[in-house]
Amino acid sequence: MSARFYILLIVFFALVASVAWPLGRFMARVFAGTNNGSRKVGWPLERVLYRWAGVDPNREHTWKGYVMAVLGFSLLTQLITYVLLRLQDTLPLNPAKLGAVAPWLAFNTATSFTTNTNWQSYGGETTMSYLSQAVALTSHNFFSAGVGIVVAIAMIRGIARHETDKIGNFWVDLVRVHLYVLLPLCLFYALFLVSQGVIQNFLHPTTWGTLDGATQTLVQGPVASQEAIKMLGTNGGGYFNANSAHPFENPTPLSNLIQLVSIFAIGGALCVTLGEMVGNRRHGWAVFATMTLLSVAAILVVNHFEAQGNPLLSKMGVDQTVSATQPGGNMEGKELRFGIADSSVFTVVTTDASCGAVNTMHDSLTPIAGLVPLLNIELGEIVFGGVGSGMYGMLIFVILAIFLSGLMIGRTPEYVGKKLDSRDVRFASFYILVMAVLILSTTSIGLMTEAGRAGILNTAATEISGAPWKPHPHGFAEILYAFSSAAGNNGSAFAGLTAYASDHPAFYSVTLAIGMMFGRFLPIVAVLAIAGNMAKKKRVPPSPSSFPVGGGLFVALLTGTILLVGALTFFPMLSFGPIVEHFQLAAAASVAH
Amino acid sequence: MLRPCFVITAALLFLCCLVYPGVVTVGAQALFRDQANGSLVSRDGKVLGSALIGQSIADWAAHPEYLWGRPSAASNDSATNITYSSGSNYGPMNGALLDEVKARLLLLRGSGVNGPIPADLVTKSASGLDPHISPAAAELQIPRIAATRKIAASKVRDSITSHTEQSTFGFLGEPRVNVLLVNVDLDRQAPYAAPPPAASAAPAK
Repeated sequence: MSARFYILLIVFFALVASVAWPLGRFMARVFAGTNNGSRKVGWPLERVLYRWAGVDPNREHTWKGYVMAVLGFSLLTQLITYVLLRLQDTLPLNPAKLGAVAPWLAFNTATSFTTNTNWQSYGGETTMSYLSQAVALTSHNFFSAGVGIVVAIAMIRGIARHETDKIGNFWVDLVRVHLYVLLPLCLFYALFLVSQGVIQNFLHPTTWGTLDGATQTLVQGPVASQEAIKMLGTNGGGYFNANSAHPFENPTPLSNLIQLVSIFAIGGALCVTLGEMVGNRRHGWAVFATMTLLSVAAILVVNHFEAQGNPLLSKMGVDQTVSATQPGGNMEGKELRFGIADSSVFTVVTTDASCGAVNTMHDSLTPIAGLVPLLNIELGEIVFGGVGSGMYGMLIFVILAIFLSGLMIGRTPEYVGKKLDSRDVRFASFYILVMAVLILSTTSIGLMTEAGRAGILNTAATEISGAPWKPHPHGFAEILYAFSSAAGNNGSAFAGLTAYASDHPAFYSVTLAIGMMFGRFLPIVAVLAIAGNMAKKKRVPPSPSSFPVGGGLFVALLTGTILLVGALTFFPMLSFGPIVEHFQLAAAASVAH
Repeated sequence: MLRPCFVITAALLFLCCLVYPGVVTVGAQALFRDQANGSLVSRDGKVLGSALIGQSIADWAAHPEYLWGRPSAASNDSATNITYSSGSNYGPMNGALLDEVKARLLLLRGSGVNGPIPADLVTKSASGLDPHISPAAAELQIPRIAATRKIAASKVRDSITSHTEQSTFGFLGEPRVNVLLVNVDLDRQAPYAAPPPAASAAPAK
């Protein structure tokens, strides 16, 4: 294992923390309307917009009003995207003359981008015109990120406020998150990406003859502007099929580092925002520490197993030693410029968050390294998480951790001055159950149907001579990963799975869309319901017997709760997949020649 | 409820999908024109490729004069001819993975490599367009290229060294050799004409 891996790890988390601190404090001001400097520029625009829209910025929503606004906005924008994709062939900015996106695929894609999943059953370069990329898809990269953030803010408001039924105005929050946070950050970020080699133009696809007399035709287009929000908004839907492994999306190790930081930037910042808004910075940092702990542990595991390489290749005489002149390790599905270290960090970060961009093909990971992203998604992507969704998901676990601790010591559980009641805990449990029920039931459907199994790439048909087992568990893992990714709104994949084939257009399009839709909006309803319930409560003044929500004990309790819930729910499934495969691989290596 | 929904959606679409990409495009074209248009490499006005995009040689054995890049799962789309980026997505126990690696090992051994063969030279990249190989994978190809082109090994090594990048700041990414740039450089320095089939005519110098 190389020294540069540890330096990378330290520099990465240092950068995340140093971005999170100012950005988190700034966001707290933005959503309180006290970002005085930037509001000098933005307020005239805001005012005109609110007048046209008939929005009174001082009239806030109840939790139900907030839910309705979220759903209305999401539904409308989903429809717009569907229509744009269906009409692609008649719209401009389509130099490659690509046809309309097929109905089921357009439905699946519109759902996928609306829910911040960005699962892609298609390859971008041969399916989407420049207009579809820049408008139909990039719009959701912004909007779904914005919705996630403002829902998290509404929940924090519910926790911070008392004796009110109002948790904020959705439209005002949405406009502000775009105007003051997402757009300005993306503008600079996109230009940085261009400086590294990410393309940004509206040229026709460029063709050249290769050295051996074949041709290459590379799609051009507005990639950097899409790439910036794709990462910052933890969307993850690539412009190209190969996503952040494609050199036009992620050309250098430096662009890779900044992409990594940008995945965690807003998720980390929201920890700081939480601390600011509830008036307890130690609590914000305790949540940040819990996330960092879980993330580092996962990165160490992935890097360890990937650096070991594939024992079957070692047997054949392939040199997988990590050294100064070669990356070594399991290089199938990896880019040379990233090697093992930068790829391992990316694999974990993109699934800690609900990003789902990949710079490595997860399907080709060694078994335990492939288990980690799967588990990350199944835990609910609460480690920094999707922008917003990670924070509100983590707050659900905070409520559960406090509730469980309260049970253990026989005291009414209390969170930053609010007594937790049965309604809070019921909705928190509902949140957890939604994920479990969705993933387990949709995976079962995938396994039990012909159409589901037809998508598998790594099947038993590709048997290893001499090995007494057939590598079934990997095909199982492909299906499990797909439905976990959908319900968790992640969007990464064991991409060998064919999720859209013209002879099976509907099966995965519909089942995954159901997972994505319920996996996105049911938790949002639960979260806002808790926010409404918390906001109504009286605040109890802090006393020596209040539950401490900062410090090491809290971090340990929270980590324990997350792992306990996650392990109990998903361990059986994981043992049928990657864990069995791990032992099969070791055994196969001992018999294969 | 409907009016805010429609108006604010329209306004945000205008800002995020028209103003924003427009401003980024103008800025990118003004500041980083070369990168924004694909970091193209040309010679005599003819585009040879992009410095960022690897060109896979379909039949390695037919081109011993070139530095070989990594195997690729990218393909040209049959309808549009667009190059479709892709990894193999082979799991670690997939028989096809093992067969393909075995075939590449045989080919490399047949080209005169006796030492250890680095993993990156026999495995497919994530994008199928990986422009790089490791310095170790380049080093073992030097004797073959030098012999084929009838030039000194040191000349090949110089060319490789001058297109090798180290880890950024010493800890980001791997040391890497840009295959296309080396090959373009070799063709410029020591043009090579393949011998006519089934004849041992002397290659051009």
